[in-house]
Amino acid sequence: MSINRRRLLGLAGSALGTAILGRSGAAPAADTARRLVVVMLRGAVDGLNVVVPHGDADYRRMRPNIALSAPGSGDGALNLDGYFGLHPALAPLLPLWTERRLAFVHACGSPDPSRSHFDAQDFMESGTPGIRTTSDGWMNRLLRFLPPPHGPTQAISLGPTRPRILAGPELNTNISLARGADKPNPLDRPAVAEAFAGLYGGNDPLSKAYLEGRQARRELMTGMEAERAAADNGAPSATGFPAMAARLAELLLRDDHIRIAFAALGGWDTHVNQGAGGGQLANHLKPLGEGLAALARGLGPRLDDTAILVMSEFGRTARENGNQGTDHGHGNVVWVLGGRVAGGKVHGHWPGLDDKALYQGRDLAVTTDFRAVIAATLERHLGLSDRQMAEVLPPPGFAGALPGLFRL
Amino acid sequence: MVHRGLCISLVVLLLSCGSAAADDAALSVHLLNRLAYGPNDADTEAIRRLGVDAWIERQLHPDSIDLPAFLTDRLDRLETTRLDAETLFERYKPSPQDQQARRQSRIVVREAAEARLLRAIYSPRQLQEVMVDFWFNHFNVFAGKGLDRLWIGNYEEVAIRPHVLGRFRDLLEATARHPAMLFYLDNWQNAAPGSPGDKGKDSGLNENYARELMELHTLGVDGGYHQEDVVALARILTGWGIARPGRAGAVNGFAFHPRRHDFGDKVFLGRTIPGSGAGEVEQALDILAGSPATARHISFQLAQYFIGDQPPAAVVDRLSRRWMETDGDIRAVLKTLFASRQFRDPGGFGGKFKTPWQFVISAARASGVEVVNIRPLLGTLKRLGQPLYECLTPDGYKDSREAWLNADGLTTRINFSTALGSGHLPLDRRMPDEEDDESSRPADPPRERPVPIDSDRLAWLLGPALSARTRELAEQAAKPLKAGLIIGSPDFMAR
Repeated sequence: MSINRRRLLGLAGSALGTAILGRSGAAPAADTARRLVVVMLRGAVDGLNVVVPHGDADYRRMRPNIALSAPGSGDGALNLDGYFGLHPALAPLLPLWTERRLAFVHACGSPDPSRSHFDAQDFMESGTPGIRTTSDGWMNRLLRFLPPPHGPTQAISLGPTRPRILAGPELNTNISLARGADKPNPLDRPAVAEAFAGLYGGNDPLSKAYLEGRQARRELMTGMEAERAAADNGAPSATGFPAMAARLAELLLRDDHIRIAFAALGGWDTHVNQGAGGGQLANHLKPLGEGLAALARGLGPRLDDTAILVMSEFGRTARENGNQGTDHGHGNVVWVLGGRVAGGKVHGHWPGLDDKALYQGRDLAVTTDFRAVIAATLERHLGLSDRQMAEVLPPPGFAGALPGLFRL
Repeated sequence: MVHRGLCISLVVLLLSCGSAAADDAALSVHLLNRLAYGPNDADTEAIRRLGVDAWIERQLHPDSIDLPAFLTDRLDRLETTRLDAETLFERYKPSPQDQQARRQSRIVVREAAEARLLRAIYSPRQLQEVMVDFWFNHFNVFAGKGLDRLWIGNYEEVAIRPHVLGRFRDLLEATARHPAMLFYLDNWQNAAPGSPGDKGKDSGLNENYARELMELHTLGVDGGYHQEDVVALARILTGWGIARPGRAGAVNGFAFHPRRHDFGDKVFLGRTIPGSGAGEVEQALDILAGSPATARHISFQLAQYFIGDQPPAAVVDRLSRRWMETDGDIRAVLKTLFASRQFRDPGGFGGKFKTPWQFVISAARASGVEVVNIRPLLGTLKRLGQPLYECLTPDGYKDSREAWLNADGLTTRINFSTALGSGHLPLDRRMPDEEDDESSRPADPPRERPVPIDSDRLAWLLGPALSARTRELAEQAAKPLKAGLIIGSPDFMAR
């Protein structure tokens, strides 16, 4: 990032900057293309089996049944850097690692000790660990500082409900990219839409949601029709996350208004029989890896403009429990893909797994605040000023952006 | 003078009657929206006949209300809903070789869903149905997790339904002893490390149920417990599990396995519980059910359901006190709630945004359609993010406008309303069932011309809950769109 631009954005925060540049600062044209995608793994994914510390002697000792075997053996971890390995179900992501477009931050997590899924997700989405009274989500606060134009599809979330992370006053909408979402429906008919417009024409929250829905539908349909024309002769659409991610890539390529996107995936709470190279966790990681690879491939050269963060509320116990699963833990791994990330590297500080290093004697310790990863992304990728960042991730609490995560 | 005075008092009397009638009508619709799933013909008539207070009293005692014959007939046909947990396992247990058996096992969830929907739509014991949904959601289990697909209907039938207006302590115990909960939160595999029964895959301590039992079912996340209490409760719960098939003394699939239990003494929430076996669990449940934190946690949830997304602290305090006075008597707490000023304040009428479940059920009720085919309703619930029996996480679905009002959801609700209102939704016709091997239930032929729902009747039914604007636009609209506009209106999204 050029110093000029940083200064310009800093200036944009001041009254003078607003007068010169308009709301939230018109950054140079190239930067309006910068985007952020966040994927949240709800239920606490077992990061120690995602990015595996096979170089740590304690790893296999603590997980006699569920540890991944060393790289090179069948079903073993895929080597990343000699110390860490990747879960074999994530093989589709390996080329991105080799191309240095994928990085991980290990032993990353929240300063708050909660092992409640619901509290910890809430804190990760509000961006204020330990504070329950924050009413908005950090992605919504971020929207204040993205350049115009502003509209409901500046931020989209995939799925039937609006996530906590986007709660707040700035416009955003949820959208379905599930199979069949582009089928014609009654509201596509002008007479029906006109009648309902009379009921939802106010300034109240329901009317706002109605209008967002109309706009999102228009944007979704614009491209879908072209897509259908290139049809695949009525073959059923693929389902699941890989298909959804591929559609998201198309949508992002087609529609420059979309600046941030959010998706959540569940099913990571593996208290029992989580498996190792195969099994329950592997079955969930496979579509995630395929989907992220499809998103990255689909974006093509635009991947450089798009930072993709994958995070989960906390990690799981370092030791396997009695049921060949893991219980709620603390530190985890955060994934960073695209956006000129300093890839091919596991960032952060590895505290080790020996009994003394473990948090409360049972969990991977947190050596990097998850907000430091978000902050690095906001600063280096999206070009936020310190003052703007302090609004998105309010102090007190963390020591600033994680250095070296981006190549700029 | 005398005449004039008489005239004036007559006018005053008439006016006050008129406004009292309007107040009554507004309160009646409010009660139907909160204690029931919105107005339908039968319950609107019942509340008019009985008056609001007698109607509430009857709702609090559902056994005093007869079920209509058409409903009991339809429920009677759902045979798997009457099987106990052990029989369900015996009959529908997974068999990797037998695809046929796997397909057949789907009937169990389907029949449970049909029973739930039919009762929610047609049962005159509406408060009971509302509380079944409330407590099922509070003690959520997920049909997508392994054997729970066999047990979820039985769980609702025997662990939830009988206790929804009874004592919380009984409800808590019933859920704690049901194989659906023990499987869902893994306690069936919770064993004391090194105990004689601790072997193979089902071994070692598992904290999952212990944590959610405190965080979600009783004390609440701020209820004053710590990680040591989670571990202590997990130890107390060791051996509390599922009976092996055919085991003598098992009750509906539950068994306590002493050989897997940790008989050491525990310190739980500051109290010492000497190791004794299954009795420790009873002690722990007593402590949890009797805690003021539990009273407060659940009083808040009840107030949020019946009064508003951010219920006033005063009413939560009052309900918590009532809870403590009555030792968690749900009926008594609800009676206090329904009599409270905050519940009856007309300013709060229509102040709750319907969840997808409430929206879909209330639409089916108000439409008056005879629901033969539940699939369009189940599909809509799924599309709206609230699939029946498929909430994956133990916290259940949320109950607030913030959680459910969004662009995609509102669009889907309106599309559903338009299809329902114009008669295009195939609710009253049996469909060929691709999952079903029984060919004994032929599909009905598609209707030649869809029949729109009578919008005048609908507008009459919703009465004061319908705004002048909606009435006006519905009147102006083309016939097939009239009812859809009413059901898809902002007024009908609220309760």
